[in-house]
Amino acid sequence: MDLDALIGCLGSSACVVTQTTSGLIIGMLLFLVAVGLTLIFGVLKIVNFSHGAFYMFGAYFALTGYQLTGSFVVALLFGAIGAAIIGLIFERVFISRVYGRDVLMQLLVCYAFVLIFDDSVKLIWGAEFKSMGMPAAFQVPPWFIAGGVVPPFYILLISVALVVAALLGIGLARSRLGKVIRAAAHNPDMVSALGINTAMIYGSVFALGCALAGLAGALAAPVRSMTPGMGFSVLIESFIVTVIGGMGSILGALIGALLIGLIRSFGSLGFPLFTDGLMYLFMVIVLVARPTGLFGKDVA
Amino acid sequence: MTKTGKPGINRRTTLALMGAGAFTVASPWVARAQAKTIKIGMPTILSGRVAQLGTSSRNAVMLEVEKVNAAGGLAGRQIEMVVRDSKGQPQEAARIARELVNTDGCELLIDGEASSGSFAVHEVARDIGVLCIHTCSEASSLTADPKQHIPNAFRCVRQGIHDSIAGGSYAANIAKAKGLKKWATCSPDYAYGRDTTAEFVTYLKHFAPDVEIISETWPKLFQPDYTETVTKILQAKPQALYSALWGGDLTSYIDQANIYAMFTQMEVFAVNMADYTALTVVKNLPKGIHSGNRYIKTYPATAENAAWGDAYKAKYKEYPTNWSWQNATAVMFLSEAAKKANSTDGKKLAEVLTGLTIKCPFGADGTVTMRGEDRTLVGYAIGWGTTIPNEPYVPEVKSGDWKQIFALEAEWKKSKGYT
Repeated sequence: MDLDALIGCLGSSACVVTQTTSGLIIGMLLFLVAVGLTLIFGVLKIVNFSHGAFYMFGAYFALTGYQLTGSFVVALLFGAIGAAIIGLIFERVFISRVYGRDVLMQLLVCYAFVLIFDDSVKLIWGAEFKSMGMPAAFQVPPWFIAGGVVPPFYILLISVALVVAALLGIGLARSRLGKVIRAAAHNPDMVSALGINTAMIYGSVFALGCALAGLAGALAAPVRSMTPGMGFSVLIESFIVTVIGGMGSILGALIGALLIGLIRSFGSLGFPLFTDGLMYLFMVIVLVARPTGLFGKDVA
Repeated sequence: MTKTGKPGINRRTTLALMGAGAFTVASPWVARAQAKTIKIGMPTILSGRVAQLGTSSRNAVMLEVEKVNAAGGLAGRQIEMVVRDSKGQPQEAARIARELVNTDGCELLIDGEASSGSFAVHEVARDIGVLCIHTCSEASSLTADPKQHIPNAFRCVRQGIHDSIAGGSYAANIAKAKGLKKWATCSPDYAYGRDTTAEFVTYLKHFAPDVEIISETWPKLFQPDYTETVTKILQAKPQALYSALWGGDLTSYIDQANIYAMFTQMEVFAVNMADYTALTVVKNLPKGIHSGNRYIKTYPATAENAAWGDAYKAKYKEYPTNWSWQNATAVMFLSEAAKKANSTDGKKLAEVLTGLTIKCPFGADGTVTMRGEDRTLVGYAIGWGTTIPNEPYVPEVKSGDWKQIFALEAEWKKSKGYT
């Protein structure tokens, strides 16, 4: 424990800016993965244990897109769309067969596909780790805000995640499709009786969730090395985020992800050997105080 | 008169065949002694995060085995490699090692496991007495600790303690020249990371007593995001950073630290940087990172080493790794020992291997030695240099002093109660 370092940091604007930005970066990437997970659970009532694999697919598709075109924008599209297409096929062919079945069956199907997806990546891109490298536009010195260090690439990353959060929130609340999705989450039989194709809704929501995970993987690709199985550690933290925020809640995923990011960032200063422990401790406290999570009732 | 009988084989023939079969199965050593080929078993890691290193180990062994076979084999017997994937799990490595000898009929073992697996394979070698050469474990205690000594096990690998002494000496010289007194460390949070870092710091302080460690960070092995550790180090404002991160973890760390311009703010010493696995993957390799040599074809700067690196690349379309040269050296040792013993018998080979010096492209002076007292590799090329973004990546390497390494290693062994 190094409380002096933590207190010293809180008294310095430079340190607060650097660590807060660091927390936002960690949190926003987690949010993109966790919001897909929570959206799928909210509507389909499926705990998608294979969700981390779509983060991995997003990173690898982005790498291919970047290698082919040299454009990071194209890379992002490759990542999100590629993950969405695989997600849609996966949902239609396999996941749709376990709707309403017990969690153990869902877990077995998802886990089997985690292994299949990891080996597929190994076959296509190879077993060795890969690196995309920073796009030329972002190979610039970091900005200094109030003495704190803020890399421009991370500003982009935070901005994209915030825009996605806003679009998702507004889209689900205001658009017709959003209303249908929310209705399907509450009462799928009634929605189906009204002549709406719920299979299409389910497929779309699953694909959207996977696209968000793929986007997170694509955004992370320039700064994280890629290996088959890279989605596993992200999946664990995403589950922590959804448990803290409340399964099925988009706002919960956002707040949960930001809290985890800030805990990691400031915790590494004050509790360097207990940063992961802090994260789990926080989750336990939330679960004891509110077993449904912070926003558990706000089902999408 | 023609003799007639029932079709097929009769009862007497059946009994005779069964007897012969049972004798062969029950007495595999008889079959082996007569076999023209010799099977060598190799458990290694061919799947998971470090599959690239295991694959490069297998490749290097096959490259050398082809040469030995083309030259007539091991004491006249062609080598047949039996390579199995342990998936990096120690219990699986031990099971495979035992199976390779008892079921597959392997007469020798090349142990291509990382440290945790190597200790498990070592116990199998102790138990069944097969000649075993460890080719990947850098944990010093595997051969330094007398409790681990068995006459049939050898280590053909660089060692953590050797790297730490050479690295500590090199870093101390830079620290004195540039006035680097405040240091930070960032290494993976498991036995290798902690031990190697502690040993490096010990020898850094031994050679430069003014050095002070002001910050330590211990990210988990295979951690995806290092942002919090990067910013923590930036807050501490050290003048120099030491890291034992490796492979994909090291390249992620460099990518993430790069955008904070960390490498312009301090001197960085990353012992595992100068390996092609990392050098060729990092897209924006900063200039001036200090690294220990792992495998690069320009050090030692000899035609033999360059030719070996090129031959490997021509065959496998990628550069060799640190594990590659160690595995290749193991086959070179076996080949030379078999010539001297004129035998492939494990006990005879072990006798010859103990203290054997051979010509080798990876030797500091063109030779390497299997030191007799602890059956471990010494005299290999060891040094540190600084990186540049393109080939040859580390243009100049300052060689470590083996006399100094031997002297301090002896003191270290005494301090650990090994001697």
